[in-house]
Amino acid sequence: MREVAIVGIGQTPVEEHWDISLRELAAKAVLNAMDDAGAEDVDALYVGNMLSGILTNQENLGALIAECVGLSGIEAVKIEAACGSAAAAFRQAVLGVASGMIDSAVAVGVEKLTEMSGRATTHGLATASDGDYEMAIGLSFVAINALLMRRYMHEYGWEKNDFAPFVINAHRNAAHNPNAMFQNQINQEQYNLAKVVADPINLLDSSPIGDGAAAVLVVPAEDADKYDGQVITVAACEIGTDTIALDNREDPLWLKGVERSTAKAFRTAGVRHQDIDLFEVHDAFSIITALSLEACGFAEKGQALRMANDESIGLKGKLPLTTMGGLKGRGHPVGATGLYQIVEAATQLRGDAPDALQIDAPNCVMAQNIGGSGANVITSILKRRD
Amino acid sequence: MKMSMKPSLPVGIVGYGAYVPRYRLPATEIARLWRGGQDNAKLPVKQKSLPGPDEDTITMSIEAAHNALKRAEVDPALIRSVWAGSESHPYAVKPSSTIVAQALGIAPHTTAADFEFACKAGTEAMQAALGFAGSGMAQYALAIAMDTAQGRPGDALEYTAAAGGAAFIVGPAKDAVAILEGSFSYTTDTPDFFRRSYQKYPEHGNRFTGEPAYFHHISNSVSILMEDLGLTPKDFASAVFHQPNTKFPKKVASQLGFTSAQIHTGLLAPVIGNTYAGASPLGFTAVLDAAKPGDRLLLASFGSGAGSDAFSFVVTDKIEGIRDRAPSTSDYVERSVEVDYATYARWRKKIRHH
Amino acid sequence: MDIPRSWRLRNQRYLLEGNACTSCDKKHFPPVLVCSECKSRDLRPFTFSGKGKLYSYSTVYQAPGQFEAFVPYIVALVDLEEGPRITTQLTDISPDEVRIGMPVEKVIRKISEEGERGLILYGYKFRPPVD
Repeated sequence: MREVAIVGIGQTPVEEHWDISLRELAAKAVLNAMDDAGAEDVDALYVGNMLSGILTNQENLGALIAECVGLSGIEAVKIEAACGSAAAAFRQAVLGVASGMIDSAVAVGVEKLTEMSGRATTHGLATASDGDYEMAIGLSFVAINALLMRRYMHEYGWEKNDFAPFVINAHRNAAHNPNAMFQNQINQEQYNLAKVVADPINLLDSSPIGDGAAAVLVVPAEDADKYDGQVITVAACEIGTDTIALDNREDPLWLKGVERSTAKAFRTAGVRHQDIDLFEVHDAFSIITALSLEACGFAEKGQALRMANDESIGLKGKLPLTTMGGLKGRGHPVGATGLYQIVEAATQLRGDAPDALQIDAPNCVMAQNIGGSGANVITSILKRRD
Repeated sequence: MKMSMKPSLPVGIVGYGAYVPRYRLPATEIARLWRGGQDNAKLPVKQKSLPGPDEDTITMSIEAAHNALKRAEVDPALIRSVWAGSESHPYAVKPSSTIVAQALGIAPHTTAADFEFACKAGTEAMQAALGFAGSGMAQYALAIAMDTAQGRPGDALEYTAAAGGAAFIVGPAKDAVAILEGSFSYTTDTPDFFRRSYQKYPEHGNRFTGEPAYFHHISNSVSILMEDLGLTPKDFASAVFHQPNTKFPKKVASQLGFTSAQIHTGLLAPVIGNTYAGASPLGFTAVLDAAKPGDRLLLASFGSGAGSDAFSFVVTDKIEGIRDRAPSTSDYVERSVEVDYATYARWRKKIRHH
Repeated sequence: MDIPRSWRLRNQRYLLEGNACTSCDKKHFPPVLVCSECKSRDLRPFTFSGKGKLYSYSTVYQAPGQFEAFVPYIVALVDLEEGPRITTQLTDISPDEVRIGMPVEKVIRKISEEGERGLILYGYKFRPPVD
């Protein structure tokens, strides 16, 4: 296997892009990444996307996006793993380059969620759950996560407002990220008063949907210096899965997919918890932040909320979380999110984050993208090149 | 010449079950909205039962029949008919009874059909089931009487049009908790109440629904049945009459010579309203809940259009053993939660959501 | 919902028909092709009693399209007596009456309606026992 490096990154802001189509969004991110690397050509394009078929009546995104960026003819396919689609596409690019079968690949995540009504979007997002046994009987995706949050509070005795610091932290960071959907900070009182979507999850516990695309260009590490972009090493990108429905899990409060994916990634990268300088956690819902921190091994079971304070997760904390706003503040263009996380992690390693957000000389960062309620988990570990 | 009907094989009820939804709309709510509270002194019932937003005749039939199966302890696969009588089948075309049969594990080795005869669709199904088992064509037959009745907003019927009903498993007399002595039906063309195709709410003949319709048909079915069987009101421990309101069943009982004590147990209309096809069969389950071995019971329905089915049953000593295998009728009647008119209007789709 | 799909699942939805592993006896709902406990592929049909205890719940205020007519409604995870946990709706109960651990039983209710012209979908929900 060859060592793989990221040599180009690109993104569009996450927002309601009423005037930009799905193909244009994806193309912008791809071209940004290629320009960043100074590359004119790549061997393959992997498009991470969840809902283009349902919400824009468009599938076959591989050929479509390749054509849009003037690369018609190359290997190009769409990869789908619900909200984990983008990191799954990244994994595909890494696999291809590491194996030696291809010498350069772009992974792009793209999602256009505002094309149809909110009702259609809610329906679309619910397809990440079990169609026959969750969605068909009235569970929205939010409701599934609410079941976890309720049980968690019941089992460990936490109050709802104990979750607020995760959300406040994400918004505070997003306010300095020009690509983030939300530029406003929030406080505990706003959190307490937010409208309930599926009790106990309120609007501020849930990441906002938006349109966006993010991309990276990966090449063999040995070729990296041929490109313009500052080089970042891909130390690991590993996938772990769990049952799609919560009810089939022995302990729904323990995300086995997260545990498996993290363990594999740590092994591949040869790192330990204390080596991780920042963590782009999949904070689709506040409860998922807590459960992820536990299953990753950053917190004891039931005790992740003890980390919900600045000393632990702030930019100067022991394990800074969602340094560019996370899903909560930057926004959650579902099938694109995993590559936003990777682009942001790479930006931190390059030292190119906005001044207010830059972590002090990080060496090793972790990004974790989750499809479904912990069903498909992709953990990436990136390092500054020695 | 004997006019009453009795099958050649002795048959009876081997299991029975009731269902009343949880919600109640107080009659004062309707009076408040449509009459400025003017009717408060002379409301036809105290309140009416109301199905929840996820209930209809099919779901309610399934629960009542499930209770009947629990009491009968009969293998569902041995039941050869699922006959559901209602004027509120959710589909115009597609039998309620097939869904009930599937949901209870009775399908596929059964016949299934929906009965319709205004408020006596349920006793029609019972009579057919008694005949089906009594002829030897089936060992067990399931008959259901269930409705989620609708009255036009502001109409007098809105006070009473309610939801609920009962299910009966009919089988050999040796297994029965109540054995059929005889039945008689009295039918004429009397248009006291009707609903045309595609219309949501029925039309009714106001006072015409009384004398020539309700009273005439029930008086005839009951008096002919009693005469045929050589019985008088004193021979019955309890009697249940169709109960569109509180007044009618009391009046017809008194005209026929029954005391108010005889009709008290089965008179549920004051607290749940008129459950249409479910009304007299549901009252009959309340009577079975309280009956003692040897009791003779009268059941008389009325259906607009018009007709009345009358039945005489004698309770056996098996009744004590099966009663507690399922919730009693009063368990359902008493688990009541009041809702306001707006909630009722939303749930019953009187205001449209889209 | 597509008609063949609801038709195919009707005995699961109405009767809680799942399966049981013939080698380790683990009960499964929904039915599985491979036992998650022992990997056996030898399974027999098993019908659940419909009795259980509430594991968790949520009151839904923003619902997917065909469920908007029922808002607010309560969804839940229920631990069935025989072992498996099932995802379901609760019915005949208001949010302030719900508590984790309470006993519940299966009933058949309307799950959704495909508009005014389409199919009515029926299936299991759970509620507090009546008696």
